[in-house]
Amino acid sequence: MKLDPAIRDQVLATVPSLRAFAISLCGNIDRADDLVQETLLRALAHIDSFEPGTNMPAWLFTILRNLFRSEYRKRRREVEDAEGRYAETLKSHPEQTGRVEFEEFRTALAKLPADQREALILVGASGFSYDDAAAICGCAVGTIKSRVNRARTRLADLLAIDSVDDFGPDRATRAVLASGGRS
Amino acid sequence: MGDRGKDDAMKHRKTNLEPVMDKPESQDPMARPATHKEARLGREVQARIGQQLRAMYNDFVNQGVPPHLADLVRRLSDQDQD
Repeated sequence: MKLDPAIRDQVLATVPSLRAFAISLCGNIDRADDLVQETLLRALAHIDSFEPGTNMPAWLFTILRNLFRSEYRKRRREVEDAEGRYAETLKSHPEQTGRVEFEEFRTALAKLPADQREALILVGASGFSYDDAAAICGCAVGTIKSRVNRARTRLADLLAIDSVDDFGPDRATRAVLASGGRS
Repeated sequence: MGDRGKDDAMKHRKTNLEPVMDKPESQDPMARPATHKEARLGREVQARIGQQLRAMYNDFVNQGVPPHLADLVRRLSDQDQD
């Protein structure tokens, strides 16, 4: 029996966002496309375990995220500087990974720990609820909230370095506060 | 074939970018109440982060479905399921 075309269309409709998630996670278009392909192969081989009417994007994102994590663990043993590699691979495809003005943002995003990056992307860009994001990452909702908060705080710190002039006279105050108020 | 990459099912999903209040980090002994100005700056920075994150992500989404992945899905869908 062939796959229900409605299910097939749900899978196809999810691919652009699934791929955006993959690129955002691993920072490399070619690796991301491999990851999406592997995800689709697994998903369609196990389509029976998908309950029609439930959340197709969440189901596919979970598969991709788990594949990425197991691959990431393997690679981390091989490559010490995983974060540096992430930043480097994003830079190597500037014409493919989006507009140049996001360079600074992508560099900052690359500096986040992987668990914070994935939580922020799922909630802030993919549009998943905190509950769905927690299910995708296999952790508690509170953990997702905490990771998203830490990711936002860290990004704000990283991006403020280059936009401190936007904040004018507050700069000196912020410098004093950053030093803990000691003179 | 229709351009399924443009399917906007994913684009109308709302995002959760409002700060979450129950953050354990606020237990930090160095923490102090934010001034009104700092809170405003924080919101502006957070709004910009949310905007840039979505803009970057949507750039990727708008690339649609690469032909080889669309072919893969159609080919596997047409095979007999086990």
